[in-house]
Amino acid sequence: MKPMIVLAAAAVLGTGVALAASGDPERARILDGYAAQAKAQLPAFAGFSAERGQALFLGPHAGGKLAETPACASCHTRDPAATGRHYKTGRDIPPMAVSANPKRFTDPAEVEKRFERDCVNVLGRACTAREKGDFITFLSNR
Amino acid sequence: MCPDPTPSPDLKFRLPGRKLAGIAVSALLAVAAGTASAGEFERVGPVTHAATLKECGECHMAFQPGLLPAPSWTRIMDGLQDHFGETASLPADTAAAIRQYLTQAAGSGDGRLIRITEQRWWLRKHDFEPSIWTRKAVGAKSNCEACHRTAAQGSYEDD
Repeated sequence: MKPMIVLAAAAVLGTGVALAASGDPERARILDGYAAQAKAQLPAFAGFSAERGQALFLGPHAGGKLAETPACASCHTRDPAATGRHYKTGRDIPPMAVSANPKRFTDPAEVEKRFERDCVNVLGRACTAREKGDFITFLSNR
Repeated sequence: MCPDPTPSPDLKFRLPGRKLAGIAVSALLAVAAGTASAGEFERVGPVTHAATLKECGECHMAFQPGLLPAPSWTRIMDGLQDHFGETASLPADTAAAIRQYLTQAAGSGDGRLIRITEQRWWLRKHDFEPSIWTRKAVGAKSNCEACHRTAAQGSYEDD
């Protein structure tokens, strides 16, 4: 019952775009949250971009906390549908692409936890809301 | 792949900082170290806390609380912003629950050291040629499971 209400509410509020793009009500809610933040931070914000998300994923970036991981792809590999590997411990990392791992980006606390850590590890700074949305948009279509 | 698999005769009760053997010590350890208790070989109480298993286990094997003394766990949980070079921050409530679990079930050892692999008991047990740690299947000293297949269950018998 609850998901139906959420769906109806999302449609009424005109936020069905994120739902259509992400394929999951929880993921859509997370994306809508980042979109609202991005709009507040960036008046010219005109939606998320899978292309920008891909560039963010592939890097390479400078300034990260870890020299060994200049890109998300350093651990997750350049194929987001593949199983990744922690650069130091060798621990498997489940695929980032939603097609290969449908649970990705459906738990807001988990999503924020990972951005909070890995943006610092890879970029040396926090990610913006637009970057987070771009990233999820890219991986939702993979 | 791994060093001499033959267990040495003095394998018993090699938990952190303990060299004694016998039933009395076993009981003492069980009391002193909470859930960490020594078995006949190299055993330490398994991780029984869901958040610890999940959060620590995302990046490495969730090390059992009995492998470090409480002051070491406290230092580790104080330093998640720089966890062996990496940012491993957690929501405050999750971190508090993990800290509580690790410290109340902690073992013994040198509380100034946060690396299990620098504890005296560990070094005594792993006196190998350095090249072993760079083997591809091993990778790092912290990769217990490369040689101790059942390490995640708290059983460190040599495989």
